Amino acid sequence: MKPNDTTQRNQGMPLDLDLIKSIRVNRSAVERRAAAMGARRSVKKDWQAAWLLKAITCMDLTTLAGDDTPGNVIRLCAKARQPVREDILQAMDMNDSNIHVAAVCVYHNLIHTAVEALAGSGIPVAAVSTGFPAGQITMDQKLSEIEKSVAAGAKEIDIVISRANVLRGDWNALYTEVQLFRQSCGDAHMKSILETGELVTLNNVAKASHVCMMAGSDFIKTSTGKAAVNATLPVSLVMVRAIREYYERTGIKIGFKPAGGIQKAKQALEWLILMKEELGDEWLSPDLFRFGASTLLSDIERQLEHFVTGRYSASYRHPMA
Amino acid sequence: MKVKTIFNNMDYGYAPESSSAADEWLDAHKRKFTLYIDGKWQAPLSKKYFESVNPATTKNLALISQANEKDVDKAVKAAKKALPKWIKIGAHARARYLYAIARQIQKHSRLFSVLESMDNGKPIRESRDIDIPLAARHFYHHAGWAQLRDTELQDYKEVGVIAQIIPWNFPLLMLAWKIAPALAMGNTVVLKPAEFTSITALLFAEICEQIGLPDGVVNIITGDGKSGAAMVDHPDVDKIAFTGSTDVGRIIRRATAGTGKKISLELGGKSPFIVFDDADLDSVVEGVVDAIWFNQGQVCCAGSRLLVQESVAEKLYAKIKARMEKLRVGNSLDKSVDIGAIIAPVQLRTIEQLVAKGIEEGGQMWQPSWSCPTDGYFYPPTLFTDVSPSSTIAQLEIFGPVLVAMTFRTHPEAIKLANNTRYGLASSIWTENINLALDMAPKIKAGTVWINCTNLFDAASGFGGYRESGFGREGGREGLYEYLKLKSDELQIAPKKLIQKKNAKESPSSLVPEIDRTIKLFIGGKEARPDGGYSSSIKNASGKIIATVSQGNRKDIRNAVEAAHAAESWTAMTGHARAQILYYLAENLAIRKDEFAGRLIQLLGVSKSDADREVSLSIDRIYTNAAKADKYDGHVHHTLSRHVTMAMPEALGVMGIVCPDTAPLLGFISAVIPALAMGNRVIVIPSETTPLSATDMFQVFEASDFPGGVINIITGKQDELAGVLANHDDVDGLWYFGTKEGSKMVEHAAAENMKRTWVNFGKQRDWYEGHQGEVEQFLRNATQIKNIWIPYGE
Repeated sequence: MKPNDTTQRNQGMPLDLDLIKSIRVNRSAVERRAAAMGARRSVKKDWQAAWLLKAITCMDLTTLAGDDTPGNVIRLCAKARQPVREDILQAMDMNDSNIHVAAVCVYHNLIHTAVEALAGSGIPVAAVSTGFPAGQITMDQKLSEIEKSVAAGAKEIDIVISRANVLRGDWNALYTEVQLFRQSCGDAHMKSILETGELVTLNNVAKASHVCMMAGSDFIKTSTGKAAVNATLPVSLVMVRAIREYYERTGIKIGFKPAGGIQKAKQALEWLILMKEELGDEWLSPDLFRFGASTLLSDIERQLEHFVTGRYSASYRHPMA
Repeated sequence: MKVKTIFNNMDYGYAPESSSAADEWLDAHKRKFTLYIDGKWQAPLSKKYFESVNPATTKNLALISQANEKDVDKAVKAAKKALPKWIKIGAHARARYLYAIARQIQKHSRLFSVLESMDNGKPIRESRDIDIPLAARHFYHHAGWAQLRDTELQDYKEVGVIAQIIPWNFPLLMLAWKIAPALAMGNTVVLKPAEFTSITALLFAEICEQIGLPDGVVNIITGDGKSGAAMVDHPDVDKIAFTGSTDVGRIIRRATAGTGKKISLELGGKSPFIVFDDADLDSVVEGVVDAIWFNQGQVCCAGSRLLVQESVAEKLYAKIKARMEKLRVGNSLDKSVDIGAIIAPVQLRTIEQLVAKGIEEGGQMWQPSWSCPTDGYFYPPTLFTDVSPSSTIAQLEIFGPVLVAMTFRTHPEAIKLANNTRYGLASSIWTENINLALDMAPKIKAGTVWINCTNLFDAASGFGGYRESGFGREGGREGLYEYLKLKSDELQIAPKKLIQKKNAKESPSSLVPEIDRTIKLFIGGKEARPDGGYSSSIKNASGKIIATVSQGNRKDIRNAVEAAHAAESWTAMTGHARAQILYYLAENLAIRKDEFAGRLIQLLGVSKSDADREVSLSIDRIYTNAAKADKYDGHVHHTLSRHVTMAMPEALGVMGIVCPDTAPLLGFISAVIPALAMGNRVIVIPSETTPLSATDMFQVFEASDFPGGVINIITGKQDELAGVLANHDDVDGLWYFGTKEGSKMVEHAAAENMKRTWVNFGKQRDWYEGHQGEVEQFLRNATQIKNIWIPYGE
């Protein structure tokens, strides 16, 4: 992540329990808005191509599997540097626009490989941490994992919160935990994964979002990608509204990262529309918006080729990650 | 535009829905349409045509026929001719036709959507995702009702030829709301779309043609208000269904007064949108968008009055303004606009004038920083704050994208503000507190209450107004009755009396005179002297004066109405509690049955056995209605998933009841008790010639624990008093069982405040016959349905 001049980093704020108590989220109304969002805006032709390129630049290209080896991580990093075939970019006059993904996201053991593979690209490595995905390890282990990942060269740390603190309504514990994570991150930027699928209610999602921001998160992120329910538009709507509220109260812009289940170009557009509508154009940049994705890129590549050639594309025509 | 430029500015582009199929269709008709009458396309006898304009481009779309009186006559005759066969083919065949229509609308949904957006100016998103799917849904739903009519509604039959006049804001959807239930219940129709938006109705006519709907069952005629007036006035029309302005609704009410034509009116609104401090404010903002910036605010049930709890008002206004900045106004076929074009220059001028008035009266007007396109009739979303109920813009229906906001302190104040309007179409309540929401819902005078949502519609739920928003329901079981009549109603006869006074045998007179009785009026639970100080004599069957009764006047009516309003507790009581009092009334009447029978003998000269029968039938009828008090309840409609949609019958409120001359006791009981059972407070005008059975009831009512003011009885000149009631704006309903002329007078005068009327057109009901005397229609006429939408999910 490249903290730019206009984005002041979140230092957090004291835990405001009154705010947490006053939160009200109406699920049916949120779902109605989420459903209408994509229907109210349509991005076609040149706009669609430009927006999909933007989606690529906001992508945390991710591999988080038990069978990850340096081999496939190196391949992923190569794809991160050059996500779209040169001739396709050329056809859109975008070949000199330095189109690459926002970050590569891996487990701790593969940070070193990724850092080396991405050397000179300016693409940061993000590492999932704190006992990802369940977070069921001791606090010491969590903090030490963050520190080791930062030492290994990760510039971004995706932490998982203890869902138990949310489910038990222990906002103090959640706040303290996330604050400690943030301290351990140091200069590395911290994305707090709520694992919304396990928080169940939208009220829990909103409350956890606020606590995580108050505790100093740079990003709030929906999911690990490992739960039964991952990123959904209603959940994202609630989180970006929390980000808006935090911005209105503090003047600090927090980033948002939906992750898990976003596989199609059309979905990527829906999320970009969500960010533009609810937060504004500033949030349409990798500084403040990321997709956690592993297969999304492939669909976007095919759509871009279709835009350029007018012919429906096949995935084998695009270099694999 | 260059991909690189867009990549850097991340703008939305123009994302047009193609109009080529719609243009092809229009071209195929040479952009000129005739009338669809008797299954054939017929040039208008007027030989006149007018233009239908796309308000987003101001370009002419097609020429539309102007139907004149002769064209209307042709269409009505065609509908009348088609009726017997349409009845004869039966419920299942009608169901098949409705099903075919639904299917066809679905199959041609995009063509319908594009034509609708071009003709009306509404965003393609709305016509594509809301109007057209709802129209198809309406036909599917009513295909079901068509199938079930003969089993579920056995006591009813079709009304006949229906004239339907619909507005321009939801052209095809309003057509569906009108035609689907009419056909399903076995009627034939003549429908006139609004002058501005005829095109989808003409495409619909083609569909009728394609599916082989029998000729004359649906006739589509086009034209302006004059064509509509000819439909209303046509003698062969049995019912008029109208959606449009309250002013035109009033004209129709007056024009049809006394004719016996059934009418249903869905009129204007100024619906409150109430926000409490514990609402999900971000969701409220989207609710506001759906309430007032849906269809450019040209929605009769638009949530156009925002009532916000003071503590969150500024916060909400800021959020709404931020949202307004992001709304997009533009061409209706652009898939990325929120707000399309205003229907016509005349409407645009009205909006501009009212906004100017709002500013003049001190309202704070706010509009987004961007400006509207200028190639069509566009108006930006507009918010007024610092508006008071006395402002013009807080009272009048603007029918445009203009929201007026006011604050309240407590929920009782919110209810007062919400009800501080002549209208009563819809309302929206936003709170996360279910106790508060369900406390508010019954207290708001509106046909629809949306809790934490707004502008939701479904064919299974009835839609329609309270007060000057009109009467009748569209959709749901409750909507079917608008297109049905009771078979037993045809047994009523005119104008012969069922029971006439006979010469009674004079009882031998005693030497000692009877004590002179003073029969006063019954107001507020007490006997009251008439304001005017006049009395009139009541004669018995042989013409002998047997009593004098008070002559009530307009002030007595006024006092009675006030007393009735004060007796609100009656309406709030449980059905069970009301039933207890009604049973007690029956008990007390039974104790005095001989006295009441004696009175009938004295008044009418009937035999002892006839008199006894009338008294015992009266007691029986009180029992029936008492029994219904806690059993005539609502439905939970099947609408959207995870929504409870409750259809609740609610008492009209304060009702006038003008009693029949026939059956002095039984007629009085049969008319009054159902109204009471449903929770109304009543002002009763007993028979002018035979009021004594009613006045004898004073003491029975007093003895039966009725709260004062629930029942008020004013004797005197019936039609004069009925006129006072009909012209009283604080009377919600009026039943009239009198003369033909009186019926006309009542319907005509009632147009002013749109009170619900039920009149007999001078025909006489056989009160002794159960089907005519105590059927559900009394209960239905004593209530109106409120639909409460409660979405849920945590």
